Amino acid sequence: MKQFISFVKKEFHHIFRDKRTMIILLAMPVVQIIIFGFALTNEVKNSKIAVWDQSKDEASASLLSQLDASRYFEIVKPVFSTAEMEAEFKKGKIRMAVVIPPKFQEELVHFNKAQVQFIADASDPNVANTLTTYASSVVQDYQSRITGEKKMPYAISTRVRMLYNPELKGAYNFVPGVMAMVLLLVCTMMTAITVVRERETGTMEIMLVSPAKPFRIVIAKAVPYFLLSAVNIASILLLSVYVLDVPVNGSLALLVGESLLFTLVSLALGLFISTKVATQQTALFISLVGLLLPTVMLSGFMFPIENMPPPLQAVSHAVPARWFYNIVRSVMIKGTGLEVVWKDTLILVGMFLFFGGLAIKNFKIRLS
Amino acid sequence: MVDKVIIADKLTKRFGDFTAVDGISFDVSQGEIFGFLGANGAGKTTAMRMLSGLSMPTSGKAMVAGYDVYKENEKIKRNIGYMSQKFSLYEDLTVRENIRFYAGIYGKSNAFIKEKTELVLKQLHLTSEADKLVKSLPLGWKQKLAFSVAIFHEPKLVFLDEPTGGVDPVTRREFWNLIYEAAAEGITVFVTTHYMDEAEYCNRVSIMVDGRIDALDTPAQLKKTFAAQSMDEVFLKLARKAVRGE
Amino acid sequence: MTTVSISNIVKRYGSKKTVTTALHGISFDVQQGELFGLIGPDGAGKTSLFRILTTLLLAEEGTATVDGFDVVKEYKEIRKRVGYMPGRFSLYQDLTVKENLDFFATIFNTTIEENYDLIKEIYQQIEPFKDRRAGKLSGGMKQKLALSCALIHRPSVLFLDEPTTGVDAVSRKEFWEMLKRLREQGITILVSTPYMDEASLCDRVALIQSGRIMQIDTPAGIVQQFGKKLLAVKSNNMLELLKILNDQEIVENAYPFGEYHHVVLKNGGEDVLRNELNRKGMLFEMEEAEANIEDCFIRLMNND
Repeated sequence: MKQFISFVKKEFHHIFRDKRTMIILLAMPVVQIIIFGFALTNEVKNSKIAVWDQSKDEASASLLSQLDASRYFEIVKPVFSTAEMEAEFKKGKIRMAVVIPPKFQEELVHFNKAQVQFIADASDPNVANTLTTYASSVVQDYQSRITGEKKMPYAISTRVRMLYNPELKGAYNFVPGVMAMVLLLVCTMMTAITVVRERETGTMEIMLVSPAKPFRIVIAKAVPYFLLSAVNIASILLLSVYVLDVPVNGSLALLVGESLLFTLVSLALGLFISTKVATQQTALFISLVGLLLPTVMLSGFMFPIENMPPPLQAVSHAVPARWFYNIVRSVMIKGTGLEVVWKDTLILVGMFLFFGGLAIKNFKIRLS
Repeated sequence: MVDKVIIADKLTKRFGDFTAVDGISFDVSQGEIFGFLGANGAGKTTAMRMLSGLSMPTSGKAMVAGYDVYKENEKIKRNIGYMSQKFSLYEDLTVRENIRFYAGIYGKSNAFIKEKTELVLKQLHLTSEADKLVKSLPLGWKQKLAFSVAIFHEPKLVFLDEPTGGVDPVTRREFWNLIYEAAAEGITVFVTTHYMDEAEYCNRVSIMVDGRIDALDTPAQLKKTFAAQSMDEVFLKLARKAVRGE
Repeated sequence: MTTVSISNIVKRYGSKKTVTTALHGISFDVQQGELFGLIGPDGAGKTSLFRILTTLLLAEEGTATVDGFDVVKEYKEIRKRVGYMPGRFSLYQDLTVKENLDFFATIFNTTIEENYDLIKEIYQQIEPFKDRRAGKLSGGMKQKLALSCALIHRPSVLFLDEPTTGVDAVSRKEFWEMLKRLREQGITILVSTPYMDEASLCDRVALIQSGRIMQIDTPAGIVQQFGKKLLAVKSNNMLELLKILNDQEIVENAYPFGEYHHVVLKNGGEDVLRNELNRKGMLFEMEEAEANIEDCFIRLMNND
């Protein structure tokens, strides 16, 4: 035990004395949350829109003011012709235009069948989609307000409710993603590199020629990164709740527990990689390309898994982050418990045992 | 008058308040084999870096191959060769590719490269190995090849930093034969070594201690001055006086 | 008593297509308390042999025991008993001198205090810098730290792989003095080196070249077996002199050796040579010389 503690102590010395790595490790989650939360968000705020109000009545004015009041839109310009509207689009001054046909109020009141047209700049399809969705929901709101005033039996309208994330905040999506990414980077990449470094600098050679149990050396290397990851989990959750207003709807204990489980999977994966590669560069390359990329692309964080071609879907099953991402979304956002995520949890446990077992099996008691 | 290929005058390099090279002055003539000895940390590497145009002196003057180390370091680099024990050749290129690559750096014409490559290969008895990867060659051959590559562009001066470390005694002598041949062709050789018997092969030897040149003379004269049997003894007598570490 | 016993060790590297044989069936024994030198150039197979003996590599053929234990089956026992200093400086550069030593003491289940008397003489020289990071030490000090770490558990056999490579002559001398004192403590020491002049400092040496042992004996014994007349010749034109010497029928070999050329004669005939040089108008000095290990090494290499 004394030996083990001395290993861990030594490992902490390595980490704390390498200031640059230290800063990267602890600042990474904060920076990622900030980047995703404020810069890279696919939420659209204060988008500039033009309006072509051809009816100029009370109802149209009321609808438009409601649009303008929402935090998504900012009416910059009234336009009066298709040509003028097009010109604004081409100059890139606006991202969407709202066209209200003549006699808007009249049709609404008398025929229950008024129309509003949204024209969006679909050169960025995601933004166009989001904008029209937002705008539709504003119109729905407006409609429900007036239907509340006057009962109109024949109006058929769709009601969309955005479950768990009524404000359609991007943060709900990327907090689980960032969590997976950060843990993977810290645990897998750093443990793989640090074990390989011992081999590269020759210290592993001395350690092997000693009574120290080789695998204990390696386990000891994982301990500090496990603790660092716990700090990162805490900081990501705190930032999410207090800065990004993403609530933890389910059990906090379960969420933390699952995160620690994912940390273990990442550590096992890191140790497994370290038994297979010879240089720090390869370790870094494999961690980045072999792990980070699939984590970002195939976990469902960036692109929905259901939309992927079947082969990629199949591959995504092997990506630990896919299961973790699902767990965090379920527990944190939807507020569900173990009864829903037990399957994903079991898969992660299985992965931990698999990679951990492989790492132990492949660990060499000799050089080469 | 003999051409001076290196003229150093009170050449000094300080790092903060540490004086790595402390006002060294010496000349090296064309075609001379100049041994540059000193204990680890005596300042040899720093001095060599200044002379090869890689590092700016703090004070003092130096002309290398006729160029000023302060202003004309690019010209210096073009007129010198450099070989060290650590960095020499690309292991995953063939012998021929290595020669081709280094010769290309110095902008030699294709005709020149072609002709000289065959000459070098013949001289080293490597013609049949020309298309083999360098990593498959024994260490001694690699070192000889590295030397030939370093002087391929016919520089006025070549710096050799411990060129024979770990090489077997027979190859070590073959290596020195190459050095003699280069010197006979007029290439000045500036060499560091830990083998004291190799110091004897130099025309003149300088011994650095704590950043200064404490002795500079022919091996025979040095032994006389220090009443020593061998260069080993001379070196030990001087280096033991050192106060600073690396 | 035999401490290290090596029998027909063969080591190959690479896969089927590109097999290189690093060791071609090597055998020798080292007795307890011996200071044994493995002398040969880089690539001769010294490191491979040391790694096999320290249980880091498996040999393809042959057996070896260290301190009575088999290097393959009883590797755990060996790892408890040997000290090993690899060729490269292999301590933690970002830990201090004290932290490194403490760390290695713990992995060998011991403490600095327990074996302080053994390392005292070496460690005291670097103790003033005990809070300095190992990476910031000079070459000589690093070496002393590495040796202290290798000794911290009072090993019965010490393996030092090229401890003096790239080290200047002063530090090399100091290092060998340390080794002599360690031998007095009863530790068996195997040391490898490419420097032929260090051979004379060992009790016995093995001359190794291209994975084969050329000769094993005491340094004096090796020199005695040189068996040929050796001359040292110098002149004012050494390059020309060497050419002439190598052209002579009676000369087996001539090569530069410090300020002289050494000349190995096939069967005597010193006077013939003297006359020949005179006839060529050479101004020269010629005297009989005693062969040393390097002369022997060169001769053994050439006779291969």
